[in-house]
Amino acid sequence: MTERITKSMAKNIYYGGGTFALLIFIALSFDTVHQIPKRSNQQNMTQSVVAGKKIWEKNDCVGCHTIVGEGAYYAPELMNVFQRRGGGDEAAFKSYMQGWMAAQPLNTPNRRKMPQFHLSEEEVNNLADFLIWTSKVDANDWPPTIEG
Amino acid sequence: MKYSSQAVAKPYFIFALILLAGEILFGILMGVQYIWGDFLFPLIPFNVLRMVHTNLLIVMLLFGFMGATYYLIPEETERELWSPKLAIITFWIFVVAGVATILGYLFVPYAELTQLTFNELLPTMGREFLEQPLPTKVGIVLVVVSYIFNVAMTVLTGRKTVITTVLLTGLLGLAVFFLFAFYVPDNLIADKFFWWFTVHLWVEATWELILGAILAFVLIKVTGVDREHIDKWLYLIIAMTMVSGILGTGHHFFYMGAPEYWLWIGSISSAVEPLPFFLMILFAFTMARERKIEHKNKMALTWAKGTAVVAFLGAGVWGFFHTLAPVNMFTHGTQLTAAHGHLSFYGAYVMIVFTVISYAMPILRGRPYGNSEKAQKVELKAFWMMNIGMVGLTLALSAAGLVQIFDQRVGTDLISFMDSQESINGIYMVRLGFGLLVFTGLLTYVYSFFVKEPQPELA
Repeated sequence: MTERITKSMAKNIYYGGGTFALLIFIALSFDTVHQIPKRSNQQNMTQSVVAGKKIWEKNDCVGCHTIVGEGAYYAPELMNVFQRRGGGDEAAFKSYMQGWMAAQPLNTPNRRKMPQFHLSEEEVNNLADFLIWTSKVDANDWPPTIEG
Repeated sequence: MKYSSQAVAKPYFIFALILLAGEILFGILMGVQYIWGDFLFPLIPFNVLRMVHTNLLIVMLLFGFMGATYYLIPEETERELWSPKLAIITFWIFVVAGVATILGYLFVPYAELTQLTFNELLPTMGREFLEQPLPTKVGIVLVVVSYIFNVAMTVLTGRKTVITTVLLTGLLGLAVFFLFAFYVPDNLIADKFFWWFTVHLWVEATWELILGAILAFVLIKVTGVDREHIDKWLYLIIAMTMVSGILGTGHHFFYMGAPEYWLWIGSISSAVEPLPFFLMILFAFTMARERKIEHKNKMALTWAKGTAVVAFLGAGVWGFFHTLAPVNMFTHGTQLTAAHGHLSFYGAYVMIVFTVISYAMPILRGRPYGNSEKAQKVELKAFWMMNIGMVGLTLALSAAGLVQIFDQRVGTDLISFMDSQESINGIYMVRLGFGLLVFTGLLTYVYSFFVKEPQPELA
């Protein structure tokens, strides 16, 4: 197979094919950036949601959990935790989150442990708002089930 | 060693191996904590272990690439390195910054670390693999820029070969795509989208150029095959890499909030992604068969062939398992991703670093024909221990991923994440066992460099 291909042909495929792929990628990236605000309901991205994301990053939550399927696989997926633990009710979810975050680490021997992050009531609400917003992103019907 | 400046590669290789030992050690600690959640808690929570584990891997590979570059660039360009002194200064800056960052992870709670390192000036922390504090990220840029500058100055005034061009293109790509690590939009979905520009376009595009260049260099040296012939293969491999790998980024955009067209584009390009790795196997084995010389350093060629095979398995086959959109719907965010990540990083990048170290290190230590036969026997044992260990832990993680999918995502009788994880405990034990085998393999590898050379017989 490779005998029929010369070095200059291979070189042309590399430069031509690579440039072609890169151009398509750039064009589609522009379109994606244009579509993301709508697919993620950016109009609902309140100050509290943004503050929640900062808290998420500051405490490296993604070092144990996944969110929208990305992160570590040590702790549960949190894109749909709003539906799973809050039943889709914002007030119920927030009060669940307040109790849950305050109770960490759980005193169950050898269960994987979540550290105590000493977040204020407002910070926990920010985090909850961030997770509620995330749960409404259009991710092509992912996750497949409520268990995430 | 033809050029004295090649010697700067030596500290880079040694430090890469030290970092790799640390990386595997932290992997083992994580493996234990996976099963016994109280282990090391609250002293070192899981996220800290993981940060150390993944960051050590990335830095180890950068050290390995730099060492490889400094070794091969003088021989390829047929001149001394532009500034060996700069290479040594860069080495020490990178060592100090790297060690300080790891100590920061281990001894300062992460939230405090963000404050201590001025994260609020330009928030970039708390994202997977890019957890480094701002000063470290800036440090990485400075180190990489000085490294590329040094290499470019050498290449520009020396002989230009396909290998140097491909290597330099890969390094420039590495630098450019790292800049996306500084861009963190408030919108989580936009944030994730650009995060992949660094993560995917490093490992599935630009790093593959570096891998191809290093592999081609070692194959020329140990097989004596004509350079024109090697160049053609190199171009062919990286052509397939670019064509499939760039648009293959789409396989990360299936279920994270990006538009539907990525389901098609990502699936189709990803289906082609195993091809460059398959060509790499053909390349390594064809060159080995057509070899013009019998190099005494047999292990270098063994590692080169091994790199191609395990990279194909880990990146090609294990990637393809879950890269079609309908399959990925169920596998996204499970241990199958971890399985693929482990074997592909090991096969493609850790093994190419072993390849170049096994080839160059004996020469740097004054043994132009490689280590003694006895030492190579020990090294071959290490080769198999590490490969069997990595394939074993990949199979275990794949099994864990499958159980997870059937527990949580298929059918009606679903159980929660935590219950599912408990049911996987036995498999995680197997994973841990194979991890220990990998660590033993690495220790054996290091030991092979200290096997006593036989005294030359008196004629």
